[in-house]
Amino acid sequence: MSEVPVLPNDWQLIVGLEVHVELATKTKMFSASANRFGDEPNTNIDPVTLGLPGALPVLNQHAIELAMRIGLALNCKVQPCTFHRKNYFYPDLPKAYQITQYDHPLNVDGHLMLPGDVRIGIERAHLEEDTGKSTHFGGSSGRIHGSDYSLLDYNRAGVPLVEIVSRPDIRTSEQARQYVAELRSILLAVGASDAKMEEGSMRCDVNVSVHKPGTPFGTRCEIKNVNSIRSVGRAIDYESRRQVDLIESGGTIRQETRHWDDSTGRTETLRTKEDADDYRYFLEPDLVPLVPDPAWIEAVRAALPVLPAARRKALAELCGVDKDGESAIVVVERGQDDYVRAVISAGGDARRAVIYVQQAFAEQGAAPKVPAKDLAALTILERDAKVTSTQAKTLLTDLIESGGGDVVAMANKRGFEALDTAALEAMVDAAIAAEPGAWQKYCDGEEKALGALVGAIMKSSKGKADGKAATALLQARRG
Amino acid sequence: MQKLAEIVAGVSNGTLSASAVLEEHLKRISTRESEINAFNLVTADQARLDAAKIDADIKADKKVGALAGVPIALKDNMCTRGVETTCSSKILQGWKPPYDATVVTKLRNAGAVIVGKTNLDEFAMGSSTENSAFGPTKNPHDITRVPGGSSGGSAAAVAAGFAAASLGSDTGGSIRQPAALCGVVGVKPTYGTVSRYGLVAFASSLDQIGPFTSDVRDAATLLEVISGHDPMDSTSIPQSALSLVSVLDQGVKGMRIGRVTDLPEGCEPDVLARLEAAFDALRSAGATIVDVKLPSLQYCLTAYYLIAPAEASSNLARYDGVRYGNRVDAADLNAMYAATREAGFGEEVKRRIMLGTYALSAGYYDAYYGKALKVRRLISDDFARAYKDVDTILTPTSPSTAFKFGSKTDNPLAMYLCDVFTIPTNLAGHPAMSVPFGVGADKMPVGIQVLASTLGEQAMFKVAAELERAS
Amino acid sequence: MAEKISQETVIKVSRLARLSLTSNEAEKMTSQLSGMLEHFRDIDALDLADVEPMTRPYPLKNVLREDVVAPSLDRDEVLGQAPAAESGRFRVPPTIGFDV
Ligand SMILES: [Mg+2]
Ligand SMILES: [Zn+2]
Repeated sequence: MSEVPVLPNDWQLIVGLEVHVELATKTKMFSASANRFGDEPNTNIDPVTLGLPGALPVLNQHAIELAMRIGLALNCKVQPCTFHRKNYFYPDLPKAYQITQYDHPLNVDGHLMLPGDVRIGIERAHLEEDTGKSTHFGGSSGRIHGSDYSLLDYNRAGVPLVEIVSRPDIRTSEQARQYVAELRSILLAVGASDAKMEEGSMRCDVNVSVHKPGTPFGTRCEIKNVNSIRSVGRAIDYESRRQVDLIESGGTIRQETRHWDDSTGRTETLRTKEDADDYRYFLEPDLVPLVPDPAWIEAVRAALPVLPAARRKALAELCGVDKDGESAIVVVERGQDDYVRAVISAGGDARRAVIYVQQAFAEQGAAPKVPAKDLAALTILERDAKVTSTQAKTLLTDLIESGGGDVVAMANKRGFEALDTAALEAMVDAAIAAEPGAWQKYCDGEEKALGALVGAIMKSSKGKADGKAATALLQARRG
Repeated sequence: MQKLAEIVAGVSNGTLSASAVLEEHLKRISTRESEINAFNLVTADQARLDAAKIDADIKADKKVGALAGVPIALKDNMCTRGVETTCSSKILQGWKPPYDATVVTKLRNAGAVIVGKTNLDEFAMGSSTENSAFGPTKNPHDITRVPGGSSGGSAAAVAAGFAAASLGSDTGGSIRQPAALCGVVGVKPTYGTVSRYGLVAFASSLDQIGPFTSDVRDAATLLEVISGHDPMDSTSIPQSALSLVSVLDQGVKGMRIGRVTDLPEGCEPDVLARLEAAFDALRSAGATIVDVKLPSLQYCLTAYYLIAPAEASSNLARYDGVRYGNRVDAADLNAMYAATREAGFGEEVKRRIMLGTYALSAGYYDAYYGKALKVRRLISDDFARAYKDVDTILTPTSPSTAFKFGSKTDNPLAMYLCDVFTIPTNLAGHPAMSVPFGVGADKMPVGIQVLASTLGEQAMFKVAAELERAS
Repeated sequence: MAEKISQETVIKVSRLARLSLTSNEAEKMTSQLSGMLEHFRDIDALDLADVEPMTRPYPLKNVLREDVVAPSLDRDEVLGQAPAAESGRFRVPPTIGFDV
């Protein structure tokens, strides 16, 4: 992970995120039209989706339930709520208003924890409907400005969305990336969304401002179209730097919406606050209030799976690894922590189990095909120095390819057996004799020279030597 | 002219043919429609097929519905699959919806024969049917006078015998006022009783569909068919269809009827005289007349003309020339929007969109829309107090009988005052209906309005039936 | 209640509503809206501080629908009603000179 550029002259970064996620329902927020990505244009449409005269919205119960899962997973209060109309004209908005939640959203006042126990407040997570999709044609750029015409597909219109609004608690672009990654893993864990940023089922708007400690927050700019976790970091780094440079050269920040261009690595003005619409919010008269009763909320809460943070912590404690480290994060994200537990139950070495799974099971999904007892046997073979770590890697590959098997037999078949210490000592002698220059350099303190010596040992042992053990012996000889 | 009940009875027992009934109505249409202009579209060909199907079903001893063979006209703001639905607006002229409104489905299932789509004030905004893009409808009793509005075409169609019944929509009086002016029965049911799915929205929290018929029994029959819960409308009350016909002969003995002592001013004396006659009739039928006060009634017009346009400004924003309806081409999107809406909407619709947009916009919301919602609560509270003492309330339906064309078109406020007695029930969501009760000094029909509390349709129909017997 | 509506406000509102008024229309609209708003001042006299706004006539809550798919409308039928369509989609003029 790249180093975060620190802002010069004590400038402090303030970031808040608005993340839209499409819910994994079968139908739309307010109608029985299918919620499906990638279909032929305008084949998932009905009177409600198209905003036909006379069409009326009816809430999707499953969408509410998924939104409640999100709220509860983010430690929000789930409360009685209402829907409003947000009025503005745009061709991807069929009714010329978006049905959204305004002063009484479903989920409020939650938080999410980042590595290092950093707490990011969640202001709200409210329900709303997605817009259709415009594609711009003609002109030179293929961009919206300068196009000749646009075509509209309403398959996405009315897809249920939850908009998760963080408090401006994020202080570095690294935290922003962690926030999005953690949010994504929570959404996946609770089954609320497939959260695919590349397909737009999870979309980030980033609010960036800068200030000096002890002074009020500066004017913020909202950055749209940030389509990957990496872009979130890049956009923040660029935008915060732009704001500082502008202020330091005597300029002022205008409140505006900016567009992130991933190819140029820059943000550009999309629209300024002055020409922002007056949305004329008012209570949606075609819908009635949603008042989830406590029993429903508790049933949803009770059915929530253990969340990624808790699973990472449990796994880390079990395996003796860092809870914020790569292996805990990756294994939990893939849902393979139960498998690691099974390997340990089968007598496997805990630390080796989690690391094997992290390194070799990327393609295996939550239920790897290798029987837990076979992987357990392999970790023991390595722990007891019956095979070297290099040999263990080879056997792991064999196990995955064969979908399991007797690892001792596999080791025998490959002719793997760890060398005894006497044999290794002899090989060390031989290596020092064969590479006197390297030995001399190593004795003079040049650590790099070790490579040639170990290489020679590995060569003469035909790979059977344990590199770590050989290194230890060489170090002991040097004294 | 045949009543709905007679047609259903005759067709069902084979003494009348649905096709013959239809032809009689089509004949009256061909004779008088050119002067009345009740219809935007007469669907004679499809109606003939539907009537023939009913007759065939009867012959084959198949079960037919509660409206078998009844020729019915629909206000042209209810969606009919594949059949032009215009709201009497240029912006929707030619639009053929890909779906049926719930009421249309119910009518079809009940064996009704839909004869056509009736004229209205554009998007139901008006009280005279003069605001139609396709020319005004004339009052069948005197073609120099308006039929009322906005469901003027539906009222005129029944009054002229073009259909045995029709459906209208009522947002501030748009069923009851034209019913009164045309001398027919018109009902606005409790909000949430009849599905709004497929009714082109004017003001969503006020709109209700209801029947026009030539008598109270027919109105009860038709309302029983179209009412009931619809899962496609979130504001639909989850209860079964209304039961009304069974109460019509129960009389009003022992009922308490409210007389509003602080009725807004401006009602014609001959209309007030008919109201007194109505109270007399009910009193002699055994009802008690009780004075009630509705002090907030005077603020209804203000609340209504802020709330309805606010909702309308949002509901009518979808007419943007993108997905359906008409477009005026322009070089860029924004110019296309403006040109389309400028050419597509009439003056009254634009006026209300402007008023509503203003009432909702930042900086004015609290002063206008927000306040209007509070006044709406006051009115509702007034009614709640009054209905502790009475079962129904009687008022005139309209301050005057049918007026002459053009007499109020220059002054929007004067036109708005036509709805002063009908608006309060829309704000409260209550049922109300207009029953013909004699004529005014000009020999034009006068309607008496019977109001009741939420889901008080049975009490309302008992009183209406009694008034009908007395008239 | 608010001050008298100005023609400038009327023009601003007409833009919000995507209605292009000619200056004649704007003038007429200003005078008509002023007249109405003047009439609507009658409610200024009411003390509404403790009154709960009424937004809907019948107190329903939790009206929900099962998550079950119904067939789509026929695309050709729908696009056949559109002012302009191309390649299975609705066609609109380019977006220039205003918000996206
Ligand atoms: Mg937002
Ligand atoms: Zn949003």
